[in-house]
Amino acid sequence: MSGTQTVAVGQADGADSLPVADPEFTELGGTGMAAKYGLAVAGARPNPWAYAKRLWVARHFIVTWATARNQAMYSGSRLGQIWQVLTPILNVAVYYLIFGVLLGTSRGVPDFIVYLVTGVFIFNFMQTAMLYGSRAISDNLNLIRALYFPRASLPIAITIIQLQQLLIAMVILFAVALGRGEPVTWHWLMIAVALALQFVFNTGMALFVARFGAILTDTSQLLPFILRTWMYGSGVFYSIKIMVAKHPNTPGFLTWILDHNPPLVFIQLIRNQLITPPKTSDPTTAADYANAMFLPPHAWLWAVACALVFGLGGYLYFWQGEETYGRG
Amino acid sequence: MAEKVDLKTVEPSAGVLPREDVLERRAKRRAEAAQNPPTVVVENLHVHYKIYGAGGATKGSATGALNRMFHRRTHNALSDVHAIKGISFVARRGESIGLIGSNGSGKSTLLRAIAGLLPAEKVGGVYTDGQPSLLGVNAALMNDLTGERNVVLGCLAMGLHPTEIKEKYQGVIDFSGIDDNGANASRRPMKTYSAGQAARLRFSIAATKLHDVLLIDEALATGDSGFQRRSEDRIRELRSNAGTVFVVSHSINSVRDICDRAIWLEAGLIRMDGDVDEVTEAYEEWSRLR
Repeated sequence: MSGTQTVAVGQADGADSLPVADPEFTELGGTGMAAKYGLAVAGARPNPWAYAKRLWVARHFIVTWATARNQAMYSGSRLGQIWQVLTPILNVAVYYLIFGVLLGTSRGVPDFIVYLVTGVFIFNFMQTAMLYGSRAISDNLNLIRALYFPRASLPIAITIIQLQQLLIAMVILFAVALGRGEPVTWHWLMIAVALALQFVFNTGMALFVARFGAILTDTSQLLPFILRTWMYGSGVFYSIKIMVAKHPNTPGFLTWILDHNPPLVFIQLIRNQLITPPKTSDPTTAADYANAMFLPPHAWLWAVACALVFGLGGYLYFWQGEETYGRG
Repeated sequence: MAEKVDLKTVEPSAGVLPREDVLERRAKRRAEAAQNPPTVVVENLHVHYKIYGAGGATKGSATGALNRMFHRRTHNALSDVHAIKGISFVARRGESIGLIGSNGSGKSTLLRAIAGLLPAEKVGGVYTDGQPSLLGVNAALMNDLTGERNVVLGCLAMGLHPTEIKEKYQGVIDFSGIDDNGANASRRPMKTYSAGQAARLRFSIAATKLHDVLLIDEALATGDSGFQRRSEDRIRELRSNAGTVFVVSHSINSVRDICDRAIWLEAGLIRMDGDVDEVTEAYEEWSRLR
């Protein structure tokens, strides 16, 4: 007879809570009653497969939330959505001025503008996904404490926002490539494959830093520096091979790491589809092209492996913390 | 999840009936509910919050941070709030329970724990029938979006399917009344709404879905008096369809109107649990003396 009688604590400031007046509870206890009536533990974490199914059910919410967030981003400024296009253009313009014009890293690189624009946009995709991903939990704590949905929705939605912005940037990239006289070929279709792989990779990275950022809130302060260092080491504005050639003492394992760096592999795969070999028989130009476009052996296989390992790894790492995100 | 609500089964506002009838109906409902299967079982529940940079001026300062780094007292970097200190109760199908208590007594935290948003740690636990739903869609809405798009976003956040939303969309807008008198406010961004309009739209979105266990946190008393009455009727309607309703409110009168049973929380512990009149009277008596 649940609560048909009224019970109150005897002492004014009792340290113990009230005993339960429900006779069934007294007899069976909480776990016993839960077992008898098939009640589930509130907020319990499902297994990874069931969790993926819940994410699939939440897909409409994820995409709608991401799109709305993306549009709201520039709604406060006068030019509004035009910033979606202006931001990547200005971003590239700054790097072109500093690296292409002032520091001259364009030397020996064929079609440097297309080379640079590809590098900046593709690296920026990973950089922003990780940067905003690390704040996915702390920025949305109100949402997490108000509604139940699989928490991985947030880092995934944040990566989708970055993908939407990248797709606008890709239109700019194609316009630049056409303007530079690069021909449209079937190779351009492979760019979509590379971007799909990078999306999986970036989602995994965003999930990873999201949980890390939820445990250690200082992550979002430190991450910009790590990501900037990573960018300078990823051959975004220069060719890694040409740079390594200038330093003959570089140890072999370091060269291997520089060549197999996942964001660089994605960048190089896309550059290879866009930039066609120069039509001269000059051996230096041919050697420069080979150096600037260098890909490690089995580069596509390596890209697939990176996407799977980091995508799945980030997912499992984030899933393990599912119950903790509401506590802040 | 979304069966049609038969308006005839919804009882009229409590104020319409004479007092004895209200008491008699309540006693009957409570006796029936006592035989029903449980929907929420809370056993020795403890909830801790972690708060960064809180407490003491030294905690946020650079010297304080350095000091902690060198002395490895990492647990001091955050202050731990023990919001719920081991409570137990059983709620059954057909019950409507008001949670009352002074500010900071743990009412909202308890609701979040039942909703599974703040799971219990180590000992004790909350066991529920299905996924309880907190009427807290506010957080998912975005002020830069139009009212129309917020309706869609809010409904998706509560787990409704897009086809369901298409069906219910007009009902949500109509209930909120923001488009009354040809105002067409639903086409404008929500940041242009008055506080009352925004609150009405939020409540309408939140009350769209029917739930087995419904948790309502201070959603009452929004908007003008006309809308307030409509929203209280809507909550009664939700209650008669939902298995169990929990209501957190500082308005003792709305708790008395809507609930049959009340739980009085104080400093994270249950102080009193039972018939709504007895508990609210004791609470009011205690508040007066304080």
